[in-house]
Amino acid sequence: MTDLAVATQGLTKRFGSQVAVDTVDLAVPRGAVYGFLGPNGSGKTTTIRMLLGLISPTAGGHELLGSAMPERAAEVLPRVGALVEGPGFHPYLSGRDNLRRLDAADRTAEARTADARIAAALDRVGLSAAAAKRYRSYSLGMKQRLAIAAALLLPRDLLILDEPTNGLDPQGTREVRALVGTLAAEGATVLLSTHLLAEVEQVCTHVGVMHRGKLVAQQPLSRLRSDAAPRARVLTDQPAQAARVLRTLGLTEIAETAAEASGQLGAAAPEKVVAALVHDGVAVRGFAVEAPSLEDVFVSLTGRGFDVSG
Amino acid sequence: MSAADTSAAPVRRFSSRFLRSELRLIAVRRRNQVGLAALAAVPIVLAVAIKVAAPDTSDGAPDFVAQITGNGFFVALAALSAELTLFLPIAIAMVAGDAVAGEADQGTLRYLLTVPVGRIRLLAVKYAGIVAGAFLAPLLVAATGLTVGLILFGGGDVTLLSGTQVGFGEALLRLLGVCLYLGVCLSALGAVGLFLSTLTVQPMGATIALTMLSVASVVLGQIPQLDWLHPYLLTRHWQDFGELLRDPVSFGALTPGLLSALAYIVVFLTAAWARFAGRDVTT
Repeated sequence: MTDLAVATQGLTKRFGSQVAVDTVDLAVPRGAVYGFLGPNGSGKTTTIRMLLGLISPTAGGHELLGSAMPERAAEVLPRVGALVEGPGFHPYLSGRDNLRRLDAADRTAEARTADARIAAALDRVGLSAAAAKRYRSYSLGMKQRLAIAAALLLPRDLLILDEPTNGLDPQGTREVRALVGTLAAEGATVLLSTHLLAEVEQVCTHVGVMHRGKLVAQQPLSRLRSDAAPRARVLTDQPAQAARVLRTLGLTEIAETAAEASGQLGAAAPEKVVAALVHDGVAVRGFAVEAPSLEDVFVSLTGRGFDVSG
Repeated sequence: MSAADTSAAPVRRFSSRFLRSELRLIAVRRRNQVGLAALAAVPIVLAVAIKVAAPDTSDGAPDFVAQITGNGFFVALAALSAELTLFLPIAIAMVAGDAVAGEADQGTLRYLLTVPVGRIRLLAVKYAGIVAGAFLAPLLVAATGLTVGLILFGGGDVTLLSGTQVGFGEALLRLLGVCLYLGVCLSALGAVGLFLSTLTVQPMGATIALTMLSVASVVLGQIPQLDWLHPYLLTRHWQDFGELLRDPVSFGALTPGLLSALAYIVVFLTAAWARFAGRDVTT
């Protein structure tokens, strides 16, 4: 048995002459919270649709939880909870009746436990009070919560969540991120597609970056961070003198402004830098070691800002 | 709610839950309820109109209508005959057009498929829902017509098209036969509708296309120059239900209609499967 919850080999999808997904090799380890990051239009949703068997790849293949897809979809998909490209429900049914319908369609779900499982799923996303209301009258955030509840009707080994915090208010966003953490702690693997860098920084252990249909990076988040060199920043009214000290300590890419000096730490220990500055009589008003933000890393990977892929 | 250690494939059960859910989905839909009410209104309007303005029976009016004043039983037949060219096909087209395209349009299709519902199973359940509607609709029209007919014109022995008289009980049995025959005919229309519904993500488009197809079939059937085409028309044998009102019943005369319906069902369900089984679901 493989230790990957999601594995794709050269997954490719062409729509006419346009290549939406280009030879993607995803590797999501079991137990990971995998941030599937990329701007809108970078091929994330198309990839997810292929993972779930909704569209067939032009080339390549994949396994979910060690089972080949789409051949073994009937066995493996009941263990996968999915939220794909926003919620989709019958507007004239209540939230609860919509979940009932999905549960009724699942041949692995027991009818006898349906009501209890549906109530638990609604409770988990904070939708119990609105369960009897028609879906039509739900706000965008409530719709999104219902879609997450649908993914939690049964215990899942893998959750594929496409932009789960879309349309949620800050409170709802926090709740959903906490929920993702809880699900992961309970042992589920989570593939979380998002275009929000902060979301990845808060909840993910691994990250894969999509750009124009290609997977341009795929690593544990910690390694992606450590690969990018941290910088030391000195706040002072003597930036020239501070910069000189930093240079003698072996820091590189020194930068000076009117009120600060900074440089890439390299092998230098931060505490030695502070001691050397003080020893040389530099008036240190503030000192910080900053890892580059994920956004900087992202820009360095894709060579461009975080806007819609053409 | 997660369990990473449940690596064994879950047990799949055979259950009618999804089918029942589908029937319920069709039944609770306000639009379908209004549609059924409209179907039921036709025999009522027909019977009341005849009661109020008792027609002169010598002006060549259709057989059933002329006989209504003598026996309320014929309200049911007259209503079925009147609704067969447009109202009943529209009702089937509403349900059939919605079958796959409606789910695609609302985004529920992708969630059903990831449950997972196998695509063949989905088509089977959707078609079962259409067939249920195809049998329910004529039964409802007949039951309403019978009820209002008996109230306004009374019952009694029924004179058949062949001139013989049968008891009211046997007449009811024959009426049931008519409804079942029409149910089969409308199921064939529904199979075409299911196929159309897999072609588009706009349910109304499939509904309108099926209605137009049905009407066009009736119109083409009335053009004598196209008699080479007539045997292949979907609606060609629908009015054959009158055979059930002769004595003795000529089941042989019903066979072409049933075979034609069966052929339509097989061809278009196969086409629906061929179209839907490998289709990319992008809504």
